Amino acid sequence: MSVNQGSIKCREIMQGSIAVAETVGALEPGVIGVYPITPQTHIVEHLARLVANGNINSKYINADSEFSAASILYGASAAGVRSYSASSSQGLLLMTEVIFNMAGTRLPAVFSAVNRSLSPPINIQVDHQDTMTLRDSGLIQLYVENIQEAVDTHIQIFRIAEDLDVLLPAMVCMDGWIISHAYEPVTLWQEEAIRDFTGVFFPPYEVNPQKPLTYGALTDDDKITEFKYMVDAALGRAEEKIIQVAGDFKKAFGSYHGDVVETYYTEGAETIILAMGSIAGTIKVAIDQLRAENKKVGLLKIRSFRPFPASRIREVLSGAKTAVVIDRSFSASSGGILGSEVKAALYQQNGPFIINYIAGIGGRELYPHNIKEIITESEKLSAAGTVPDKALFYNLNSALI
Amino acid sequence: MKEIRIHGRGGQGSVVTAELLAIAAFKDGKYSQAFPYLGGGGERRGAPVQAFCRIDEKPILLKCQVTEPNYLIVQDPGLIGLVDIFKGLKPNSLVLINSKESPESIGLTQTSFQIYSFPATSIALQVFNKPLMNTAMIGAFAVLCGDLNIEALKKAIEQKFPGETGIKNIEAMEKAVNMAYDQFGVIPK
Repeated sequence: MSVNQGSIKCREIMQGSIAVAETVGALEPGVIGVYPITPQTHIVEHLARLVANGNINSKYINADSEFSAASILYGASAAGVRSYSASSSQGLLLMTEVIFNMAGTRLPAVFSAVNRSLSPPINIQVDHQDTMTLRDSGLIQLYVENIQEAVDTHIQIFRIAEDLDVLLPAMVCMDGWIISHAYEPVTLWQEEAIRDFTGVFFPPYEVNPQKPLTYGALTDDDKITEFKYMVDAALGRAEEKIIQVAGDFKKAFGSYHGDVVETYYTEGAETIILAMGSIAGTIKVAIDQLRAENKKVGLLKIRSFRPFPASRIREVLSGAKTAVVIDRSFSASSGGILGSEVKAALYQQNGPFIINYIAGIGGRELYPHNIKEIITESEKLSAAGTVPDKALFYNLNSALI
Repeated sequence: MKEIRIHGRGGQGSVVTAELLAIAAFKDGKYSQAFPYLGGGGERRGAPVQAFCRIDEKPILLKCQVTEPNYLIVQDPGLIGLVDIFKGLKPNSLVLINSKESPESIGLTQTSFQIYSFPATSIALQVFNKPLMNTAMIGAFAVLCGDLNIEALKKAIEQKFPGETGIKNIEAMEKAVNMAYDQFGVIPK
């Protein structure tokens, strides 16, 4: 793919958090509300530097907790201001109450979530339990594989969230350490090109003493279902916008990572792995090795978990014999969260056997050989028709249980 | 692909070493990646840490730790015996230990790897009056590897540490490079 040279600010090697902060800074959110937590800290530290040095004009507010940081965004967004924050792990849980409110009030604040395991036991490494736990709120969630995708998706997501057909809070989910603290070559885009692409946020309503409106009014059983339905419908409309914005981004910048999903050798594949986030890169390496042995395997990377691209998943999996879903989170007693939703999407479809693995929890690494082992095991279960209903915890150390 | 694993303790600049190697490789026209492992409480000063760097001619997709390195840098010889530094190391790999003692005298008698020791802390004490030895280690490592671009390493240090800190670190690295050429009998290119 040829990158649009005119839009390039620089091609550099830099830390993921700095690349993201530079990109968000270019969009100059009116309000940045923050409370530090590992491993998200470098993003807000760098934004603080940009504000303190006078590079950007944002109002930067240090809050006394993540709950306050999110509440600051709620107020700013309600006043019609583009607003932004970043958090991880327990910090995201503390923001949850506000995020449900934002979705219900249709406020398009944008968050970077740097994925980290939830306590206890305390662990600062990556899995997806923190962000997946926000799934029912009405929040848009896009998961990214590498630093370039993190940069590009941050630009895309402001436009998606602030679209008047959508108006929902939105979150870019990027894996802790392996994206946030890694150095990789990355292209940063010119501020003007970024701003042209996202446009200016014009909210349809805003808190304004001259034109008083009631926000968050009591709503009884006569209307509340309709309000909730409208959140659901708006999130549904976001799917089309994500596809459209990814296409427009490709035209404007020449960079593309898929739309709601990215497919990698799925055409004609007998076995397809589904996964989200950085492990998609490691899975691609495993698939390259297996393809060299003429194994028909592919990857369906889910970029958009919310909205959930059920019909695209059905379409891509329709010809496969085996689908392997790797979850870095789970809903206790129910199974992997992505796995459960993929199963629901394929219900009564006469599609592939679906095997769900829970793996990569709290930073437990997955290497290409693990991926190949998961594929081999899944193909065996599928061929024997002995696919378990329940998700399988991969590589459990039974001596510790 | 070069896969480098660095062992050190929190505060010894192991993560920065991985980053400097990756930045220099990028400046030399290669693809590279660097990241830390901070499990086991590695955010704390003094705790054992690992950092990783990959360098290749093509884009690097792998997003997992380096478990089978072909290069090993050990910043703190005190970790030998506490941490399995050779775990997964490929046969004949290059190993650089920060020590005034020879590898044999600190108990490293393995013949399946090319093990070298280098007094990086002594150089750091001369230059900084503090044991900030990671840039000296990088200098010795570059000499042993033979295909790392020393000019690119200088640029990487300048970028990472603008001003006086960078100048001092380049001085430490250059001292190490010259000493390593003598010590290891490598002929400068």
